[in-house]
Amino acid sequence: MPDRTKTYDVLIAGGGNAALCAAITARQAGASVILLESAPRAFRGGNSRHTRNLRAMHDKPNDVLTDAYPEDEYWDDLLRVTGGNTDEALARMTIRASSGVFGWMQANGVRFQPSLTGTLNLGRTNAFFLGGGKALVNAYYVTAERLGIEILYDTEVLSLNLDDGAVRSVDITYRGFPETLHARCVVAASGGFQANLDWMRQNWGDAVDNFVIRGTPYNRGRVLKNLLDQGVASIGDPTQCHAVALDARAPKFDGGITTRLDSVPFSIVVNQLGERFYDEGEDVWPKRYAIWGRLIAQQPEQIAYSICDAKAFPLFMPSVYPAIKADTLAELAAKLKLDPDKVQATVAAYNAAVVPGQSFDNTKLDGNRTKGLTPDKTNWARTIDKPPFYGYPLRPGITFTYLGVRVNERAQVLMENGQPAGNLYASGEIMAGNILGRGYLAGFGMTIGTVFGRIAGQEAARHARN
Amino acid sequence: MRETDALANARREMEICNACRYCEGFCAVFPAMELRREFSAGDLSYLANLCHNCRGCYYACQYAPPHEWGINVPRTFQELRAETYAEYAWPRRFAQLFDRNGTIVSLVTALGIALVLMLAAGLVDPDALYRAHPVVPGSFYAVIPLWAMQATGILTFGFSLIALAMGARNFWRDAGPRERPGPVALGIALWDVLTLKNLGGGGHGCNDASERFSMRRRWLHHAMFYGFFLCFAATCTAFVYGTLFGWEAPYALTSVPVLLGTVGGLLLLVGTVGLFAMKLVDDPMPAARNLLGADVALLMLLALAALTGLVLLALRGTGAMGIALAVHLGVILSLFVALPYSKMVHGVYRTAALLRRATERNMKPLGGE
Repeated sequence: MPDRTKTYDVLIAGGGNAALCAAITARQAGASVILLESAPRAFRGGNSRHTRNLRAMHDKPNDVLTDAYPEDEYWDDLLRVTGGNTDEALARMTIRASSGVFGWMQANGVRFQPSLTGTLNLGRTNAFFLGGGKALVNAYYVTAERLGIEILYDTEVLSLNLDDGAVRSVDITYRGFPETLHARCVVAASGGFQANLDWMRQNWGDAVDNFVIRGTPYNRGRVLKNLLDQGVASIGDPTQCHAVALDARAPKFDGGITTRLDSVPFSIVVNQLGERFYDEGEDVWPKRYAIWGRLIAQQPEQIAYSICDAKAFPLFMPSVYPAIKADTLAELAAKLKLDPDKVQATVAAYNAAVVPGQSFDNTKLDGNRTKGLTPDKTNWARTIDKPPFYGYPLRPGITFTYLGVRVNERAQVLMENGQPAGNLYASGEIMAGNILGRGYLAGFGMTIGTVFGRIAGQEAARHARN
Repeated sequence: MRETDALANARREMEICNACRYCEGFCAVFPAMELRREFSAGDLSYLANLCHNCRGCYYACQYAPPHEWGINVPRTFQELRAETYAEYAWPRRFAQLFDRNGTIVSLVTALGIALVLMLAAGLVDPDALYRAHPVVPGSFYAVIPLWAMQATGILTFGFSLIALAMGARNFWRDAGPRERPGPVALGIALWDVLTLKNLGGGGHGCNDASERFSMRRRWLHHAMFYGFFLCFAATCTAFVYGTLFGWEAPYALTSVPVLLGTVGGLLLLVGTVGLFAMKLVDDPMPAARNLLGADVALLMLLALAALTGLVLLALRGTGAMGIALAVHLGVILSLFVALPYSKMVHGVYRTAALLRRATERNMKPLGGE
């Protein structure tokens, strides 16, 4: 039960990594803390429960990271993916702080995996949580409980009531019942709005009905909208989201990592009309997978089909859904509910355009291309002719949204007039757009959440205790 | 391994896990899973028996119930393991002893105790059963003749060893590796068995009852395991003393068999009672409740073996020695008989699975970069 009569030192809106880092830091600084998680206990942790690693700067190898990942390389990577859509001061501060988070994380129960064998080659840049993000979230909740942080599940923050640049009260629903709470400081760590389909519809129209939301259904952006409506400065393009190509059979929400499909560079991708629409071999997959969500979103009915043959099938990670398999292309097209004649014609045209002679190498841009197609496939182009043939249906999968609240280096939320709000801080996805205004960098969301969560917790506790 | 519902569910879960792979740092199961994209019945039997039931993956799983995929690898593998025990049982027709195994092991125990009591009363002067015996060499044999002890022990234990070996062979044919294990693989597997490395959750322990990690299960299992082998060593030493040197039991408190048996018995008691107590407070979600009977029956049987042995040691100079000896030997007889048809077989298949894992240790994961 929340205590209506009490004034908490720090109230945290949200229950994922950024919220927990803020809550634990504030509590360790001596503040009384209440954390409000809108999800039920079983689904606590927001999108953090689907994450796996954290990108960390380091100058020499340590127990969880190989080699070195210096500040400037990290910054260059960020600059490249965002196309400059970032704030250098905040970004560099985050990058530098990322090298010092391990001790704190481990002291608060997070366990890391010693070295990585599978998936992406991220062992140098990213530290992997043992068991993934849900294990990290579990560890933080255990710590939070031990420290005496009051944790409420099924509790949604409806409004942080700002008056004269400070939060005076907080309207919530606790297990469906409305309550009003008071706190000296508030940390907004409640994520983006990608699970709010009505909000998404404003930008994408009815196409959202064919979108898959990869993460939690509880990121509805309620706090974000509430703050922006009250004169908090916004950051990030409100229409943009990180969209990847997913197996179309994925559940609408919470399918997480397993519904991704890495088949595109080794296959051809056709739309519902059986036509190709983009160069599948433009670049290595980790650099291209984030554009395919948007590409598919622009196709009729927001669906596409990846088609390959027996030669290509072993080259990519298994998806959670079995490939649709057939001995002939016509049969495969029929199983995919595509026009068999059209698919056969597309594959025949593609096969005829493949330039033969180069050795195939799936580990680098191998220059095996087609010539004379619109569009051409510029790498890993091999004829599709060895049965059985495999197909996967693809849909756009939304990871997160970019719109957020503007913050300064002390995690204070800024008002439209540029002044920081008196007692309001933000961490995690709700402010990630300050640093990652575009694109995606694996494990960077967790870095931002951890670094800003700790800053927000520290600042909020200090302010509340003064 | 036959295609069953449990097997189909294990395959479904492994296909989801193989597309995720977040749990690969916990134990041997997930790295072993990553070596393949399709799972034959034998592969699944192997993976199920490789699982040590530490539950790390259950609490870490983003797809655990109430998620619509309901991934619960510890429970699923526990259910499948139970089927593999029946599948590989020898002789084949004894497979059904693994249905309602808790009841059967309990019945065997009751019958074993009753049988030895009746035999003791029938074979020797019933009076010897109730008389106070001095603690002198040969006093046990006044209650139960040495030949009867030895014959029964050798016959039942010998049969059990053969049955366990045949079970291991059946497992190996169905779920063993393609390559022959080398000496290095044998060494690695033995080390994994003796240290229970896979109950370490990557070095941090198990999720015994919740999201919290602890080494409790691992230490209790160690106590039980090493306690059992110390008791077994005590029995073997006594056998050697009796047959080779003609030194008759009971032995002095400071003798090797009594020391081994006392320390072993205490460890065995602590381990079994501790593991039983853990079952009372465990989170029921990652456990297959219908298999609890087999678990508890074996734990209780082992605890009884330890307890009755210690009681016998305490009472061996009193008038209760005869009954205490008969009850203890009854429990040991039951243990020998039930061995290949109890949860004890998990040790054999787990060891074999670890051996396959060690044999395949240099294979590369499929998929990914």
